[in-house]
Amino acid sequence: MPFFPSVLHEPPTPVDGLAIEVADLTVMYDERPVLWDVDWQVPAGVRMAVVGPNGAGKTTLLRSILGLVRPVTGSITVFGRPPAEARRWIAYVPQRTAVDWDFPATVLDVVMMGRYGHLGWVRRPGAQDRERAMEALAQVGMADLAHRQIGQLSAGQQQRVFVARALAQDAWLYLMDEPFAGVDAITEQAIVEVLRGLKAAGRTVIVVHHDLQTVPLYFEWVTLLNVRCVACGPVATTFTADSLRQTYGERAIVAL
Amino acid sequence: MLAPQVEIMLVAALAGAACALPGVFLFLRRMALVGDAISHAILFGIVVTFLIVRDLRSPWLLIGAAGTGVLTAVAVEALRRTGRVKEDAALGLVFPALFSLGVVGIARGVGNIHLDLDAVLLGELAFVPFDRLTWRGWDLGPRGVWVMGGLLLLNLTMILAFYKEWTLSTFDPDLAEILGFRPAVLHDLLMGMTALTVVAAFDVAGVVLVVAMLVVPPATAALLTDHLARMLGLSVLLGLASALGGYGLAYALDLSIAGSMATVGGILFALAFLGAPGHGLIAQARQAARQRRHLAQQMLVIHLLSHEGTEAEHEENCLRTLPLHLRWDPAFAARVIEQAEQMGWVVREGELLRLTEAGRQAACEIIGSNGGMMPLSR
Repeated sequence: MPFFPSVLHEPPTPVDGLAIEVADLTVMYDERPVLWDVDWQVPAGVRMAVVGPNGAGKTTLLRSILGLVRPVTGSITVFGRPPAEARRWIAYVPQRTAVDWDFPATVLDVVMMGRYGHLGWVRRPGAQDRERAMEALAQVGMADLAHRQIGQLSAGQQQRVFVARALAQDAWLYLMDEPFAGVDAITEQAIVEVLRGLKAAGRTVIVVHHDLQTVPLYFEWVTLLNVRCVACGPVATTFTADSLRQTYGERAIVAL
Repeated sequence: MLAPQVEIMLVAALAGAACALPGVFLFLRRMALVGDAISHAILFGIVVTFLIVRDLRSPWLLIGAAGTGVLTAVAVEALRRTGRVKEDAALGLVFPALFSLGVVGIARGVGNIHLDLDAVLLGELAFVPFDRLTWRGWDLGPRGVWVMGGLLLLNLTMILAFYKEWTLSTFDPDLAEILGFRPAVLHDLLMGMTALTVVAAFDVAGVVLVVAMLVVPPATAALLTDHLARMLGLSVLLGLASALGGYGLAYALDLSIAGSMATVGGILFALAFLGAPGHGLIAQARQAARQRRHLAQQMLVIHLLSHEGTEAEHEENCLRTLPLHLRWDPAFAARVIEQAEQMGWVVREGELLRLTEAGRQAACEIIGSNGGMMPLSR
């Protein structure tokens, strides 16, 4: 089975091979800079980890690309287009705690939400959307829990539901915010498989990550962020003790 | 022409059903009291519109009131977005201001004209049959039936049309924004619908009953089901039941109709709160007890396993001393042991308690599945 059975809404191939290009991006919350003059480029088709200490602006960077926060200055293009136009090619996996899991919905209901962008206003999801959602659930190993109440899921299962929802969206750029945070081994393995499948299908994946040990295992590109973009490049050349020290201070040496 | 009682019941039932629909989404957005705020604030709109048109029967009053309702919702949202006050405080700031302006307006500007505050607060369903709609001398029935019927139809249409959009923007507004569904517009649409509902319903039922009908049926339905579509349907049914039950109560005991309806709604909520299959107090207490017993069984077999074949076995795994070692009440321990026997996990050997093969396997499984940690109850 191909990873994406139906290819919809294909974005234009960018001339310079970049999925994302960010220049001079500054974002403030109440006069406090969260991102300072960030220049950042993400080649299309890579798996990129974004690491940095708490408050480094990792989530803000993702939200800027989605157009959910308004930058003070700077430009963002996704597949050569401004964020507002590029949204239909982007899938977002927010932090698990971003929603209320007591909401009256089943696993399948939530995964189906990934299809809503393809439907537009008023139109209801059909059999095809349901099929695609079930496939996405199977890809994270949760097909048997499709009709489970979302409030009854474990943390790892909740995370996989969010990943499945993003897969059901059939996007070209995947932005995931801490998908590995506080999940069990089965979930971690399932998400790693998903990342592998996305890479094979030529999709770009950007993952905010906290576990420095697994960066070289799961990703081939890495961005070190601490309000400013400290370094960005292939893991082999960029993920060095020196750049980690610049990002985290001296503590990072112990971590590696 | 229908009997007056039937007309009153019809209007009450239509109002109950119409209010329950937006109420469900308000409840899920933790905005249940927005209806309360709107219902008070619209007094300002009614007074201001009256001062302009000088006619108590003008349809402009309804429009002015609905406009103020939307204004309230927008002002609350704007205050909240400043980040200086939270949503609840913003509500508390906006609606008393508008309500008191309305009260002042009645006292100073309206003067001798009859704009009765009691009727605003409590409404009077009993007057429904007297306010009739006529066309070329034909009696088309009470105006309330047409207004509430139209409202129910409108709310039903809106919910059916935007079910997917409101569900998404309530559960995950960020995703709604990313997928192009404009959560801010959907929010305003819901507020507009709520304002219109409150305005139309309070005209026949009064402010207090409207708030009760917006909040109580959805809150009750949420205890009874975990499916949104069913929650909407159940809310409508509960709204109907409160309206009809309340009318019956009022008729039997000669009480205020609006008050009786709110009371019946409250009683239905209390029943669900206690007896709902999953979320009710009784069901939860039962489940907690079941979990405690289940955990106790697990503790018992693990305790027996860890001392099995050791020198201390006779001291640790002895019927007499077990309660002491596991810090259980003797009566509770006796019950746990009895159940473990029934499950075939343990057997008595005089004073000694021994694991059966099945019990040993169960204990190993519990330890194994938790990586050697204490078993967690699920």
